Amino acid sequence: MSEHIGLRGRAWFKALTENNQSSSGNPGTVLASEAQIGDEIGLFLCVVPDPASRFPCVRDGQVGLEEAFTLAHHLRRVIAEDRQKPKAQKRPVIAIVDVKSQAYGRREETAGIFFAAAASSDAYASARIAGHPVISLVAGQAFSGGFLTHGYQANRILAFDDSGIVIHAMHKEAAARITRRSVAELEELGHEIAPMSYDVRDYAKLGLLYKLLHVSDPQHPTTADIEAVRRDLIGAIQDARRGAADLSNRLQSDAAKQTRKAGIAVRAALEAQW
Amino acid sequence: MSQTNIIPEFVSRRSFIELDGRRRAQSLFDEGTWKELVGPFDRMESPWLPLQGVAPQFDDGCIVIKGKIGGMPAVAIALEGAFQGGSIGEVSGAKMTAALDLAAKDSEAGKRTAAILLLETGGVRLQEANLGLAAVAEVISSVLALRPYAPVITLIAGTVGCFGGMSLAAGVSSYVVMTREARLGLNGPEVIEQESGINEFDSSDRALIWAIHGGEQRVAMGLADALVEDDAKNVKATILGYVQADLRPVYRSQQVEIYRDRIAALDTSEQIDPKSLRQKWNNETTGGLR
Repeated sequence: MSEHIGLRGRAWFKALTENNQSSSGNPGTVLASEAQIGDEIGLFLCVVPDPASRFPCVRDGQVGLEEAFTLAHHLRRVIAEDRQKPKAQKRPVIAIVDVKSQAYGRREETAGIFFAAAASSDAYASARIAGHPVISLVAGQAFSGGFLTHGYQANRILAFDDSGIVIHAMHKEAAARITRRSVAELEELGHEIAPMSYDVRDYAKLGLLYKLLHVSDPQHPTTADIEAVRRDLIGAIQDARRGAADLSNRLQSDAAKQTRKAGIAVRAALEAQW
Repeated sequence: MSQTNIIPEFVSRRSFIELDGRRRAQSLFDEGTWKELVGPFDRMESPWLPLQGVAPQFDDGCIVIKGKIGGMPAVAIALEGAFQGGSIGEVSGAKMTAALDLAAKDSEAGKRTAAILLLETGGVRLQEANLGLAAVAEVISSVLALRPYAPVITLIAGTVGCFGGMSLAAGVSSYVVMTREARLGLNGPEVIEQESGINEFDSSDRALIWAIHGGEQRVAMGLADALVEDDAKNVKATILGYVQADLRPVYRSQQVEIYRDRIAALDTSEQIDPKSLRQKWNNETTGGLR
């Protein structure tokens, strides 16, 4: 499965921006491009593997120090350039997500990857709070700290309805080891307990997703697929502009009201006792 | 010779680390001003743990205390490291986010309400996996919504430390306070050893762990603001200072270009020496009181 990481992200970045290069070449792991989306220009961001990265622990498509600060760099630039513009004219940001995880390396820990990841999620959230529609398109994997760094601060999250899409806190083998189960038991449990599941259709039950998109083959976008996904992205941008700039929409869908009942009750109780 | 002179100072010191999460949070407030919100008697526990044969706890390992610090409104949210490793689940995450949001609402309305996050956590609770990860994203968002209006202070005392997704919440805080016993990082040593091998990180090497993740290092390299002794009085005084501090015009996690350049300047052909990193990064950038 791991050899597919980044291929889908790159394919969709290329399809939606007609570009396949990192903007500066440095690092080669962050693709950033401004491209037409509907009748405006959006900032598209994607993290891809680079087998030649000078950081060994990001070579398979993990998000590390350079990736986090480079994402933040592009986001901060767009926020600054659009600062004086009315909300309706602030450029949308589209994060194309296909990341294995955060980087698990000593260099990264020493230089404070926790802080790099924080700076990137700060930049994404700041863009959202400033009024930029921030949309995540999960085109492949979205794991753990990788997703927190790149994409999870979005106003709206879209994902392909495909067995290759995985959104999760930890990959199966590690999660099984830590919770002292076999991988088979873990998969079984996922069918009963939605937040444990590795299936994107179960993820959709959590109420965090704006929309599941159907495409024929996520790795090889067809012209019709690209058009359909563009339409969905435009719809999400419009919906984000109409909605709140915080993440409250993640608690408001019918699915959230069902699955996140306990969390919603806690919020109400805390407000009552405040 | 009076007796006080021959008894070393540390004998009379009251350890902060030895307190549980609830007592830690309580100890920060002015006497008689605090109350616990959604406490254990409200019995708001995880709906997901019992389904997996794990005993839940009536407070879900998250304690919310509201009161006054130095006469100013404040809320402390503590993760109890002794329950499920301080992990973030749906309920504990919702408590934290809701408390931050209510503090932001009051602060925006002119009643500045500081938040103190006492983080002893390994990160996302894997039994609640995706709801834990979503909670972390929401906590980060809520910290950022409060930060322009009131200080958000992360306090990591140890000995669990602050790892996983919650380390990002520390990273976006206005200030980070640590003890020498505390650790702060995205991935714990065991996880790195498991994922990348013992040559990458030997998780039995305690000296290496503290040299990289320890409070002294994080403060010295400028990624945390204050190093405090394990003394409840000292911790309280340090937190009071930050609660009363003026809001900063710019926060550490907004200083992207400085850090991007620093990362670009790193020699990655071998492991990075924590001591020399301290010297290189020392002190020009943090938002903390000095």
